[in-house]
Amino acid sequence: MSLQKYLSTSARTRGDHIAVQEPSGAALSYRELDALSDRLRDRLIALGVQRGDRVGIYLHKSADGIASIFGILKAGAAYVPVDPLAPASRNGYIHGNCSVRAVIVEARFAETHRAELAKLGASPHLIVLNGTGGGLPLRDALNVLDSAAPATPMATIDSAPDDLAYILYTSGSTGKPKGVMLSHRNACDFVNWCSEAFEPRPEDRFSSHAPFHFDLSILDIYVPIKHGATLCLVPEDIGKEPVGLAKLIADQRISVWYSAPSILSLLAQFGKLSTHDYSNLRIVLFAGEVFPVVHLRSTKKQLPHPRYFNLYGPTETNVCTWYEIPPVIPEDRADPYPIGRVCSNLRGKIVDPDGREVAHGQEGELCISGPNVMQGYWDMPEQTAKAFLSGGGSGARWYKTGDLVIAEPDGNLRYVGRRDRMIKKRGYRIELGEIEVCLYRHPGVREAAVVAIPDETLGMKVIAHMSTNDSGKLSIIDLKRFCSENLPLYMVPDAFRFHPTLPKTSTDKVDYQTLKNTA
Amino acid sequence: MSQIVFIHDTVKSFILDEFLPDENPDALEDSTPLITTGILDSIATLQLVAFLEAKFDIQIQAHETSVDHLNTLSDIARLVASKKGLET
Repeated sequence: MSLQKYLSTSARTRGDHIAVQEPSGAALSYRELDALSDRLRDRLIALGVQRGDRVGIYLHKSADGIASIFGILKAGAAYVPVDPLAPASRNGYIHGNCSVRAVIVEARFAETHRAELAKLGASPHLIVLNGTGGGLPLRDALNVLDSAAPATPMATIDSAPDDLAYILYTSGSTGKPKGVMLSHRNACDFVNWCSEAFEPRPEDRFSSHAPFHFDLSILDIYVPIKHGATLCLVPEDIGKEPVGLAKLIADQRISVWYSAPSILSLLAQFGKLSTHDYSNLRIVLFAGEVFPVVHLRSTKKQLPHPRYFNLYGPTETNVCTWYEIPPVIPEDRADPYPIGRVCSNLRGKIVDPDGREVAHGQEGELCISGPNVMQGYWDMPEQTAKAFLSGGGSGARWYKTGDLVIAEPDGNLRYVGRRDRMIKKRGYRIELGEIEVCLYRHPGVREAAVVAIPDETLGMKVIAHMSTNDSGKLSIIDLKRFCSENLPLYMVPDAFRFHPTLPKTSTDKVDYQTLKNTA
Repeated sequence: MSQIVFIHDTVKSFILDEFLPDENPDALEDSTPLITTGILDSIATLQLVAFLEAKFDIQIQAHETSVDHLNTLSDIARLVASKKGLET
């Protein structure tokens, strides 16, 4: 049971079939992807990478990125992808935090990344690519290294089920991102569930819209590779541009689409969908946030042919509940659809704040147990312990999702809200506390409190309330620039509001409820 | 007023009015990054493109709605001017 086995198996049975397709036309067949990732495996092992090590990926979405992922897995290491659009300091922190042994990095980021890591006392090997595209820059970089000292061909490491496969960093409430550690067992069990639920076919063409540091990418990458199908990469820039994206889905004859609902909302509103043919599209999957029914209805009216599924689950478990949207959405329905039933490979229960199961129909926190559940957070034993239900003694580990749900009479779960200050925006999780920590570093800010309110177009609108040292207003341009230098763009507040002093509760804490209502 | 100055000032007013209420107009410089700082998010960028197409009677292609063409006031003014056949 290992993710790299999916590739070696498909390379044997479907060698000439396209494994990875870029919209530019560049592509890698299964045989080519297997060979290129073998070469990276050999180079990594020559650099001293061993089973259990971590290796970073700092690349734009590309075939080079996919080959890098498999090369790292074949060396027995876990990959740690970072967002190439995120601030350099954040990416340096992530790779420093989990002590990567090597990083596959684009030349444009290499020197800054080296400097950021050096500040943390880390000096991993950098394999530097001159850009990305079709796997050529990776091949060129390996050729250069081989011409200096050829790497000895090695065997692919057969990872054990509990070996880490990847670490995905998500927003952390203390101001630093935290690394969710996921094993081959976690990922393979999820992929096997997808096989059962969606019956992928070798002729399928899967979209890969989510970035590799986002857990939706696990389905995007490994389900098609397991079934010898084709993975169609959607580059970051086209991914946010609805007209170009609509054309790509048609041109690439995508048959299985997976993204955050906000992307489908954008497509439905601005994508001019009627101008193309989507007859290949048979399944539309969405996850990561609530899909407002008005936009879901509009998407389904414009793209009536495929089946639609709402998938739910945090990075810590990947998908853990699912729900098929009925063929017709009544015109008067405004309530979001349920998140559905717990997947067949997992168990779920709904508990009260003391960890006791609630009566059927009562609101409580959804807890999940089973083979998909993460090992923990990297180097955060206390946070890991807090993430699981304590006691019980039965041996089962129950991950507390932080999501409040109600079981409906028919057994489907309905999402009600969060028990903490995490929100979802464009599918990304955001700890509002992490934004506050950033704002407090700004020299002009005296107090900062960040709230999120539902918004028709943005999904969630993030508003930063603050008071300043001179009681005046700060430049929005300056604040946006400051935040973008310290946070990923999706975490930069949408609006700023200034107060002489922030409202307080009777216990002198920031009164978030009042701020939400004055937003 | 030259057409290029008109384009520049029209775009600047639109961005200030729509996306930077209460901002000091002088703080929005020709080289202020707009997309890479989150001043223009993906929806704001679409609104800007719709405005430019309607106001200046031009067509902006999908590949031009990216950070390479729209990240600063000067980038935007240059794109519009080139569509209108003006030298910049």
